[in-house]
Order: sequence, then C-alpha cells, then structure tokens
Amino acid sequence: MAGLSSRSGAQPLPLVIAPGILVLAAVTALVLAVPFLASEYWVNAIIVPFLILALAGLGLNLLTGFAGQLSLGSGAFMMVGAYATYALQLRVPGLPLPVALLLAGLLAGAAGLLFGLPARRIKGFYLIVSTLAAQFFFEWLFLKVPWFYNGNPSATIALPHGLSVFGLSAENPHGRYWLTLGTVALLTLLSANLVRGQTGRTWTAVRDMDAAAAVVGVQTRSAKLQAFFVSSFVLGIAGALWAFCYLGSASVQSFGLARSYQILFIIILGGLGTIRGAFLGAAFVSLLPLILDWLFQHLLSGHVDEGLRQNIQKAIFGLLIIGFLIKEPEGLARLLACLFAGPSGGRPRRRNLRDLNQETKP
Amino acid sequence: MSLFLETLIGGVLAGTLYALVAIGFVLIYKASGVFNYAQGSLLLFGALTFVSLKETGVPIAAALAVTAGLLIVTAVAIERFLLRPLTNRGPLTLFMATLGLSYLVEGVAQGLMGSRVRALDLGIEDLPLFLGDIMISRFDLVAAGVAVVLVVALALLFHRTRIGIQLRGVADDTRAALSLGIDIHRIWQIVWAVAGLVGLVAGLLWGARQGVQFSLSLVVLKALPVLIIGGFTSIAGAIVGGIVVGAGESLAETYVGPFLGGGITSWFAYGLALAFLLVRPAGLLGERPIERV
Amino acid sequence: MSDTILELTDVTLAFKGLTAINGLSFSVRRGEICALIGPNGAGKSSLLNILNGVYRPQSGTIVFEGERFHRMEPLKAARRGIGRSFQNNALFSGMSVLDNVIVGLSRRARASLVEEALRLPRARAQEAAFRERARAVLRLLDLESRAGTAVGTLPYGIQKKVELARALVAEPSLLLLDEPLAGMNAREKDEIAALIERLNRELALTIVLIEHDLGIVLRLAHHVVVLDYGRKLADGPPDSIRNDPDVIAAYIGAGPAALAA
Repeated sequence: MAGLSSRSGAQPLPLVIAPGILVLAAVTALVLAVPFLASEYWVNAIIVPFLILALAGLGLNLLTGFAGQLSLGSGAFMMVGAYATYALQLRVPGLPLPVALLLAGLLAGAAGLLFGLPARRIKGFYLIVSTLAAQFFFEWLFLKVPWFYNGNPSATIALPHGLSVFGLSAENPHGRYWLTLGTVALLTLLSANLVRGQTGRTWTAVRDMDAAAAVVGVQTRSAKLQAFFVSSFVLGIAGALWAFCYLGSASVQSFGLARSYQILFIIILGGLGTIRGAFLGAAFVSLLPLILDWLFQHLLSGHVDEGLRQNIQKAIFGLLIIGFLIKEPEGLARLLACLFAGPSGGRPRRRNLRDLNQETKP
Repeated sequence: MSLFLETLIGGVLAGTLYALVAIGFVLIYKASGVFNYAQGSLLLFGALTFVSLKETGVPIAAALAVTAGLLIVTAVAIERFLLRPLTNRGPLTLFMATLGLSYLVEGVAQGLMGSRVRALDLGIEDLPLFLGDIMISRFDLVAAGVAVVLVVALALLFHRTRIGIQLRGVADDTRAALSLGIDIHRIWQIVWAVAGLVGLVAGLLWGARQGVQFSLSLVVLKALPVLIIGGFTSIAGAIVGGIVVGAGESLAETYVGPFLGGGITSWFAYGLALAFLLVRPAGLLGERPIERV
Repeated sequence: MSDTILELTDVTLAFKGLTAINGLSFSVRRGEICALIGPNGAGKSSLLNILNGVYRPQSGTIVFEGERFHRMEPLKAARRGIGRSFQNNALFSGMSVLDNVIVGLSRRARASLVEEALRLPRARAQEAAFRERARAVLRLLDLESRAGTAVGTLPYGIQKKVELARALVAEPSLLLLDEPLAGMNAREKDEIAALIERLNRELALTIVLIEHDLGIVLRLAHHVVVLDYGRKLADGPPDSIRNDPDVIAAYIGAGPAALAA
C-alpha cells in the first residue's frame, strides 16, 4: 500500500512501510484466494461490482481529488465506454477485447476532453454545468439513436457472448473476477505511476493554486484537459466492465445521474486525492447496504419496505458525506492511516488535501 | 406566427418558475458563497410537508404556516450543523456538503412522508385563456404573477430593511461586515430561511402542475443553467436567465426537436449554458470578479 | 544583448475605475537588483503582477529581453524566464517541499503522458534529473533536511524560502520577489539578503524586489524605484533616493532617520 500512497510527504519511515508491506501481502493473498473462498453470490454481486466501482472512483479521483476539477458527469463517461465497447465488439468482428477496451477508453477520454474544454477558462462549480451537460447529452444520445443499441426494442445493450479474452470469459464468475481484477489492477498501476510522476505534481499544483501554477511555468490549461482525458479514459473502461462483466445487459439508466453521485460519494468517503481512497470508498459503498440489510433484519425483524429502506440508506449517505467533509476531509484513507500508526499518532498529520481550494469564480 | 407566440409565451411563463428556483440559489450564494445543491431537495421537502399536512385535513393557511416554520427551523439547523463547522473551507467542499445535504433531506422527507406522487390542488383552475388566437395557460399566468410579487417583496426586503442592508453588506465584503459587528450566523440563517420559503412557493406552484414527487427536487438541475446564463450574483440575472431558458427550451423543442428525435429539453438548457460559459462566463448580469493573487 | 533587460513605458492599470498604476515608466538593467519601495497601496505588488502577466494593464508596453508585449501572460512570462515569489506565499499546500520545487521545473518537462504511465526510460530519467536539480537548489538554500516535509506544516519564513527555491530552480533570467524578507527576524533577514546578493553576483541574476525594510533595501539594491499612489516618485541609485526630498516627504512617518539607516 505504501507504494500506492499519494504524493505528499513520502517520508521513507521504516515504521510506516513495514505495515504497508504487510497490508500489501495480505491484500494480494486475499485477492488470489477470493475465487476459492467466496461464494458465487459474493463474487458476482459484491466483489466484482466493488472492483469496478473502485476503478470508476479512481478515474474520478484523478480528476477531482488530484487535479481539483469537480465533475458530476462520471456516469456519462462510463456510458460512452460501455456503448463504445458494445459497438466495437458488435461491429468489428475479430477485434480482440483488450483492443476494444482500449479504444472504448480512448473514445470516453475524447468525450471527457470535449466536455472538459470549458475548464480552460472556468473553475469550481461552473464546471459542474459542463459535466452535467455531458451527463444529459449522452443519456439523450444513447437513447435516441438506435444505432448505439443496435435497434434493440428495450434500448439495452448486451453482448451475446459476454466479454472474453485469454480464455477468461465473463460468462462464468471466475472469468468475470479475473477479467475485472486484471483490468483494475493494471489501470491502478498506471494511474499510480502518473500520479507519482510529473503529471501528478502538475495536477496537484493546479488543484492547490492554479494561478501560482501558471506563474511557475505549469501549462495549467493542458494539465486540466489531460486530467479530463485520463479520468474519462479510466471511467470509460470501468463503464464497459460495469455493463458486460457485472450487469450483463445495460441501459442508459445504468449510468444515470445517481451513478455519477455514487462515484463522487465513493471518493469523498474514501479519500480525495489518494489512490487507495477509491478502493476504500468503493468497499464502503458496497458494504453499507449489506450492513443495513442485516441491521433491519435483526433489529426490525425485516419489517421495512424497499422504498423506506432506500430512503433510510439515502439519508445515511447524506449524513456520512456531511460528517466526513466536516471531520475527516481526507476520508477513510486517512482514518485507516491513523489506525495503522496507532492512537499515539506515529506520523504527523500530513495534510494531503485539506480542501478543494479552487476559486469559484469563472 | 401564433404557434411561435404561443410557444414563446408558454416558455416565458414556465421560465418564471425556473427563475423562482434560481433566486433561492442567488440569495444563498450572495450571502454565504455557497452553491446550494440542496435547493431542489428543500423545495421538495417543503411541498411534501405541505401536501402531507393538507391531506390530513389541516386547513391551507395552517399547513402553510407550519411548513414555513419547519423550513425556518431547517435553515437554522443547516447553518448550525453544516455551514458553521465548514466556515473557511473551500467552496467545492461546501458544494459537496450540500450534495450530501440533498441526500439527507430527500431521504428523511421521503422516508417520513412516502415517495408516491401526490396531487396538489391550489384551487387555480387551469383553463386556457385566449388572446386572439393565442392560447395561454391561466395557471402559468398566475404562477408568473406570484413570481413577480415575490421578487418585488424580496427587492423591498433587501433595500428597505435593516436585515437586507446588513445582508448586502455581507455579500459585498464579508470581512468588513464582520468587523462592523454584524452577526453573520444570523444573516446566514435568515437567508437560508428566505431561500427555503422562496423554494416552498416554487415547489407548490410546480407541484400543483406536475404532482408532488421526487422529480420536483430535480428542478435544481434546471436552475443551474439559468444561473450560468443570468449570472450567479444577480437576482435580476436569475429572472432574465429563467425566462431565456424557459423560452429557449420550448422554442427549441418545437422547432428543432423534431429534427433530432425530440426530448432535447433534457439538455438544451445545458448546451445554451455551455455556450455562455465559453463566451461570457460571468453570465448576462453577473459581475466578473477580479482575481487576486 | 542589450544592457536593458526590462523596460516599461507609460503603463496604466485600473480596477473598476480605481487606478492602481498610473502612466508608469522605468527600466531595469541586466544584472542589477532593482527595489520597488513605497507605502502600502502604492501599487508595488500590482506592478509585479503586470510584469509577469497576472494583471493586464489598460495601456502601456513592456519590453522584456528585446521583445515587446502589450500584455504578458503568466505562463508566457514563466516560459521566457521570469521567476516570481508572492507576498502571501503561493505554495502548493498539498505537496512536499521537494515536489513544490520540482513543479518549478515544469517548463523543462518532456516526458509524455504514456511515458509517465508506463514509467518508460525517458520518464524515469526526467524524474531522476528533476529530483537532482531540485535537491541542488534546496541545498543552496539550506532546506535539504525539509525536502520530504508537507509544505503547509512549515513556518512562514521557511515557506518563503521554499517559494524562492521554486522560482530559482527554473533558472530564471529575471526574478521578481514580493517581500522576500517579510515575517522574518533580523538574523533570517540578513541571511536571505546575503543570499539574494549572492544569487545576483554569482549567477548574474537580475532581481526586482519589493521590500519594506528600507535599511536592507538601500544596502542591497543598485537601483531604487519609489512608488506612491501608482505614480513614480523617484528613480535612481540608493544614494540619490536617500536624499530625495519627495521621498522623504512620502515617508514622513518614518522620517529621514529611517532612510539614513
């Protein structure tokens, strides 16, 4: 985990790394053992979606957590990735899956770039409008133009044979798991490299103070567009996995505004501006409904109707978002770091991201 | 020609409702620098409370009073438990907090009062009115009238009362206002309450037209492009922006929609707003601030 | 190469009708330390902001290295070799000291996105070179022990030095310093003043700085420009400034004694 830690204050304290390596080893062992330990239900319904949500969270975190550009259009870019993968697999026979995913990611990246263009001039929540525009436009486009769903009367997209590569097929749970895991691990590694290098520094500089960044020679405009592109690339691939490795058949509703909110909540709760934050947030978002279900069953003996349960869940999410923003803006990532360092506080509070300080003015 | 005028007038009248929602944003933004994404949820909360009270047989006036009281209490609570702990934090953090607030308010409101669609009858008959051969919705006309009255009332509030003058002071220069001993927390509470009440009016008008239901909270998404077009800092801008969006939307749907397969109202306003962002980011009537380094 | 590195002609800057700089002209010679002095609100910081393009003047021209600009832009200024530190530190609070300094090397970055994501040789080489250069500057400013520290946790005076390091690492030909000594005690001030002098002498670096401590200014600078209400009050070597009646009048509060210090 230490290797994935974010950029600031990377002090090589042996004390910090030791548990880091332990965690990494434990996570690796767990990840490899999952298909043998977990039931089919857990793999299908919890672990695979968790991994994909973590990937989507990572994608958004690159843009919002690292580069400071808020987006409510994550769903839109996932949608582009999913529909592009569908079109490529359907209309280009013999195109290998990795190539299709790569192209879909590039198309999603291009969409992100396009709707990120106003970021060259505007900041803060003005950008929300641009990203929401992406959300509504693509919902409309993929619903109104039958070419995108091959004229299917239910306007859904589904691949006849699912995704498959290297003998791994999304037809069976093990194949789904390895396919998802492989993709997520690879993209996480590449993102970590970017974030640790000059690209990540540039993004963080833009996030912390873009006026000063320009003064010291950072090309702030292209840095923002770059962040939009990379973020949407990752989100696009996450969208393709969501459609074909998890849902099986997807529609515009699978990537609606609620999805965009969910991805944002993942990184707020998990930790803005860290890579592990996306994973922690996704784990939390995946597990909370299960915990609530369990509580309702045991405390209220199951007498809660679905609508009420959803509203309670919604209120709890709202409360948690507010609570985290007030008490722990660095999210679960930091809470966990404190836990490892012990109550005495083994390392100083490193202020990764106290705030998204961006000015609100255009 | 009459189709054009009819579409235009219908759009303008609908736009006054957008404007009403947008005004709530502008008030809060000016006084506390917060972009309140929960404005739509508060509007739903108000309308839902009113309908629920009315359904249990509470007279309209009493239901209105209780709902208004509840909105004021909510505003005070929001100031105390959300704004105050987040003082001096970045605007995006505050924005995200209001996104959380919208989930909280929606979850609580619908959890307590149910998610089904409720009919709301305000006693305004929606008979079409004819001006020559142009048909106008009487309901839209009443709604627009209410909006105008409300705007005049707000203008009086801000220009004639002590609170209003203090509020403008806070909006212009928070630090100076603080040093003059203005209780900023009280100002925030008042502004959020006023915004809540404006939202209630908008929610009732809107709810009477399409039923009180979850989708009411989505008017927040309509108000956003209105704000971009009109400018975040100007109430007049919110009104102009609302009318531009309302009219533009209905004209576009009638004249451009058929060529694109229809349903373009979902994003037309956003397209318009994007064009504004690229050409005139401060909006029609907003101030372009000087960036300090 | 001309002897004049920077020349302003008739520059005027106004905010909403409020004139911050009024028809200002002066020039800076290559290799000199030029100090801008004047009471608060005289337009000193605004002037620096014009020089590196943060503000756009309504009229006037700027000639930098023989090139004529109607309006500079921050990025253009940085890429042409104008370095800058701010009055209220403008560091990237979420990053370590080392990372902050490396951002100053942005204009020399060549590795592409793909090279960085895959950690290809060019990205790795660039990273190593950047770290080395940043560390060298940190050593120069005696900040090496702080390299890994989150910049937000450092005291104000140290942050000022980090900002200086971030500007220096880019090897600017003109360095603009906005109150580099503010918030420091006498010992620290002497240390930074000596450093500025050394940078100027050893690297032949042209420096334009704003400073309130007149004693240090008159000792350090080769050339002093006195501003008052956006106008130039006096312009010349420290000795002529010291005895200028207009300047003494503007500094009535301080009195001639302060100027003589």
